[in-house]
Amino acid sequence: MSQAIPAPASPEIAVPTIPLGQIAPWALFFGLLAVIALFFVSADQGAISIPAGNAVHEWVHDGRHLLGFPCH
Amino acid sequence: MTIRNFLVTGLLAGLFAGVLTFAVANVFGEPSIDTAIGIEEAGSAAEAPAADDGHSHEDGEEAGHSHGDEGTEVSRGTQKTWGLATAFLIVGPALGGLVGIASAFAMGRLRRLTPPQSTALIALLGFVAVALVPFAKYPATPPAVGDGDTIGQRTGYYFAFLVVSVLAMVGAVLLGRMLLASLRTTEAVAVAAAAYLLVVVVVGHLMPTVNELGDFPADTLWYFRRASLVTLATLWALIGIIMTALVARQHEKATLAHAKREMAASL
Repeated sequence: MSQAIPAPASPEIAVPTIPLGQIAPWALFFGLLAVIALFFVSADQGAISIPAGNAVHEWVHDGRHLLGFPCH
Repeated sequence: MTIRNFLVTGLLAGLFAGVLTFAVANVFGEPSIDTAIGIEEAGSAAEAPAADDGHSHEDGEEAGHSHGDEGTEVSRGTQKTWGLATAFLIVGPALGGLVGIASAFAMGRLRRLTPPQSTALIALLGFVAVALVPFAKYPATPPAVGDGDTIGQRTGYYFAFLVVSVLAMVGAVLLGRMLLASLRTTEAVAVAAAAYLLVVVVVGHLMPTVNELGDFPADTLWYFRRASLVTLATLWALIGIIMTALVARQHEKATLAHAKREMAASL
């Protein structure tokens, strides 16, 4: 038997990486989405209001306080 | 494992974490918010008995809180349940997804850390940079604390410091990664951690302090801040734990499939 015995499933296999070019569009798109979502919970109708009024502020009020964002 | 796997895993982890954290926030956080609102309403009733139909933000004293203002009013019962749940169901997946993407960046790029290990590290660093350090400089404030006139300024400070903290953390991780080439792992990690701390401590020292507490009772303030910190820690810990578990499972599967292919190829 000249052939080397195939190694059993070992954890030594190099950890694969995901090319940056593949991550970038997802990171940009989701990053933007996440920032918009976080804005509504964290800051809307406090310092800046989109839309005007206080419905969003009132609705997420307790969460905003407990998550540590300046609320009012 | 693809970037799509990571994002979906992060969103799922964030969703579960959000649901569970809502329960924690409701149980631990709401009592002190109720107390604070009670103090606020007692304060504004005593100060302005004549102007009971909606105190304005302009009088700048105990006011500045929007309960009772004209406009939409959401009942306390709804704020504590559906409102609170909405906040966590948005913030959970948003943060979870971001942790997922950051973990995709980190996979295979932090020396010999396996994917679940690098994912757990990312969640931990995320908690420190996004929640813990900003809290140390600009801690959460209960209702009734804070002047309505300075909300713009305080929001600006908070997010500016948050951005500094996150950028410093990203920089520290990149620095640590570079140093790994020439230093031992522990040394590289220590230098990177020190660099992060140096930046946030110096910037935190230079940035203005916010103190609008007035004579707000210290015990209620402490209970509220403790509950807020517990809430934040719960959210991040759950995102980290669930995400790490899911990534570990996927990585195991991928490793097994890889090993099988190798076996098949060698036959």
